[in-house]
Amino acid sequence: MTFLNARFAGAVLLGGITATAVTSGSVATHDPASQFSDYVLAPPMRIHVIDPSGDWHAPFVYPLRLEDRLERRYSEDRTRQLRVQWFHKGRLASVDDAEWFPLGTDALGRDVFARLVRGARLSLGVAATAAAVALVIGALVGGVAGAFGGLIDDLLMRVSDLVIALPGIYVAVTLRAALPLVLTPTEIFWTIAAVFAVIGWPIAAKGVRAIVAAERQKEYAEAARAAGGGRTRLLLRHLLPATQGFLLVQATLLLPAFILAEATLSFIGLGFPDSTPSWGVMLQEAGAGRVLVEAPWLLAPGVAISASILSINLLLRTPKLPA
Amino acid sequence: MHRSLAIFLAKRFLQAVLLVVFVSSAALLLVRLAPGDHLSSFDTDPAVVAAERHRLGLDRPFAVQYVEWLGRAVRLDFGESLKYRRPVTFLVTERAGNTILLGTSALVLATLIGLPLGVITGSRRAGAFATIARALSVLVLSVPPLVTSFALLLLALTTGWLPVGGIGHTSESGNWLTIVVARARYLVLPTLALALPIAASLERLQSRAMQDALEEPCIRAVLGRGLSAERVIWRHALRMSLAPVVGVFGAVVGSVLSGSFAVEIIMSWPGLGALMYEALVDRDLFLAAGCAAAGSVFLATGVLAGDVALAVIDPRVGDTA
Repeated sequence: MTFLNARFAGAVLLGGITATAVTSGSVATHDPASQFSDYVLAPPMRIHVIDPSGDWHAPFVYPLRLEDRLERRYSEDRTRQLRVQWFHKGRLASVDDAEWFPLGTDALGRDVFARLVRGARLSLGVAATAAAVALVIGALVGGVAGAFGGLIDDLLMRVSDLVIALPGIYVAVTLRAALPLVLTPTEIFWTIAAVFAVIGWPIAAKGVRAIVAAERQKEYAEAARAAGGGRTRLLLRHLLPATQGFLLVQATLLLPAFILAEATLSFIGLGFPDSTPSWGVMLQEAGAGRVLVEAPWLLAPGVAISASILSINLLLRTPKLPA
Repeated sequence: MHRSLAIFLAKRFLQAVLLVVFVSSAALLLVRLAPGDHLSSFDTDPAVVAAERHRLGLDRPFAVQYVEWLGRAVRLDFGESLKYRRPVTFLVTERAGNTILLGTSALVLATLIGLPLGVITGSRRAGAFATIARALSVLVLSVPPLVTSFALLLLALTTGWLPVGGIGHTSESGNWLTIVVARARYLVLPTLALALPIAASLERLQSRAMQDALEEPCIRAVLGRGLSAERVIWRHALRMSLAPVVGVFGAVVGSVLSGSFAVEIIMSWPGLGALMYEALVDRDLFLAAGCAAAGSVFLATGVLAGDVALAVIDPRVGDTA
C-alpha cells in the first residue's frame, strides 16, 4: 500500500460517498419513509451475475418469497430472474415487477438502502455545515487574536485551550440537552450544526492565530501597513488568505469528528428525531438486542460511518486520535 | 526535583483544579438554564411541586444557589439527586468506579497493543507484517467505539462466547477467584470496543515518532558505531520516540472518556457517561454537575499524569516552562 494508492483510494471513496449523498433522490431504491408490511426484516437482495446452471448474465436479482410471516422467513424465488435496469424511470438502478431491497428492510419494513442513502445527505450535510461554520468562526477569532495580540489574544486563546481540553462529545451532549428538545427537523439540523461548531472552532482558531501572527511580521504585511492599509483590511485582505491551506486540512479533520458526533447524538436520542433517517437514528433503531442477530444488515449505517471516516483518514494519512 | 520542574507541575496542577471548577459550574449553569426541571415533568399538585422546590432550594436565585453549591462542593458534598433522592457523591462514586475500571483496562490494553506495534511498523518500513499492521490500523482507526461496540455485540450474540450487557451480578457466591473471572468476562467486550480504535491511533502516532527518531543524527551515530539495530531501536530510539506520544496522553485520556460514553450506553455498562446522560435528559441539576466534576477530575488527572510522565522521559520539559 503505497502513499499514493492509499490517498487515491481515499479520494475515490470520499467522492463516491459525497456523490451518493448529493444524488440520494435517484440512488435510493424506494422512498425512505414507505413501509412494506410484506417485507419486515427482509434480508438483503444481492445482485447476481451467474444463474444456478452456471451461465453468466447481465446483473439480476431474485425476488423474495415470504415463507413464514411470523418467523419472518424469506427465500429467493430462483425461478424468476429480474434484470437490473440502469438509469430507468429516474432511478440509478431498479428492477421491474418486484420490490428490490439491496440492503434488506428494517423492523418497520422500510428499505435500509434507501434510508442509508438519504441518511448520507443528512449526516454528512450536518457535519459539513458544522465544519464550515466552525472554520469561519475559528478563522475570525484566530485572525483577530493573531493580528491584534495583547489582552484579546490572551483571552481568546485561553478560551480555545479550555474547549480543546474537553472531550467533545460530552460538551455536545450537554449543550444539546440544555437546548429545547422538541424542534422541527430543520431547526434540529441547525441546532446540531451550531453545537458542533462551538466544539470545533478553537482548534482552527489556534492554528490561524499562529499563522497570522507569523505573517504579520513579513515584508508584504509591512508594505501593506506602510501603504496606509488599516488593521481590519490588512487582516481580511492579506493575512487571512495565507491560512487557506491550513483551513482546508482542518476541515478534513473536523468532518470525521462531526460525523461521529451526529451518530452518537442521534443514537442516544438527542439528535435527529425518529422519523428522520440519519445514520445515528438508524443505529438507534438497530438497537443492541437480539434483533441484531436476526438482521445484521441493520448495522449498515455503522459501516457507512466507518467508511466515511476511513476515506478521510486515507486521504490525510496523518496520525490522529479518534474523536 | 528540579525547581523549574516543580513550578511547571504546580502550574499544571492549578490549571487542572480550575478546569474541574469551571466544568462542573458550567454543567450546573447549563442544566439550570435549560427549559424545565426534573420536577416539572410530573403531573402532580402544583403546591407539592412548589414545596419540593423550596425544600431543595430551587426557588432561590441562581447566584445564591451557586455560591451555596460551590461551598458544599469544596467539601465534596454535591447535593442530592432530584431523581434518585440520594446524595450525588454516593451515586457518582459508585458509577465512577465502573468508568475507571473500563477506562483503565482499555488504556492499558491499547498501550500494550499500540506501542510495540508502532515501534515495529515505524522501524521497519518494508515487510509483510509491517504493511499488514499499518493497513489494519488505518482501518481500525476509522471504526469508532460506537460502531465497534455494535460489531462486538453482534459477534458475542452470535457465538455466545461472552456475556453481553451489564457488569455481572455483584453478589456472586464462590471464592474471590471465580468472582473476579465472572466480572472480568463482562469487562472484555466494552474494553475491546473502547481499546481497539485507540490502540490503532497509538500505533500510528508511535510509528511516526519512531520514524522521526531513527532519522535523528544521534541515532545514526550509534548505528554507525556498529550497535545492533534491535538494541538501538528498543533502547535508544524508543526512549526518544516516546516523548511525542506521551505528550498527547491527555488527549488520549480525553478520547477514552469520549469513547466510553457510547460504549457504556450500548453495552449497558453502568458508568459515569451513562449516568451523566441520564441526569442531563432528566434535568437532574446536581447530579449532572456532580458527573461533570468527576469526569473533569478524570481528565485533569490524565493530563497531569501525562505531564509528569513527559517530565520523566524528556529532561527538557522543566526548562521550557
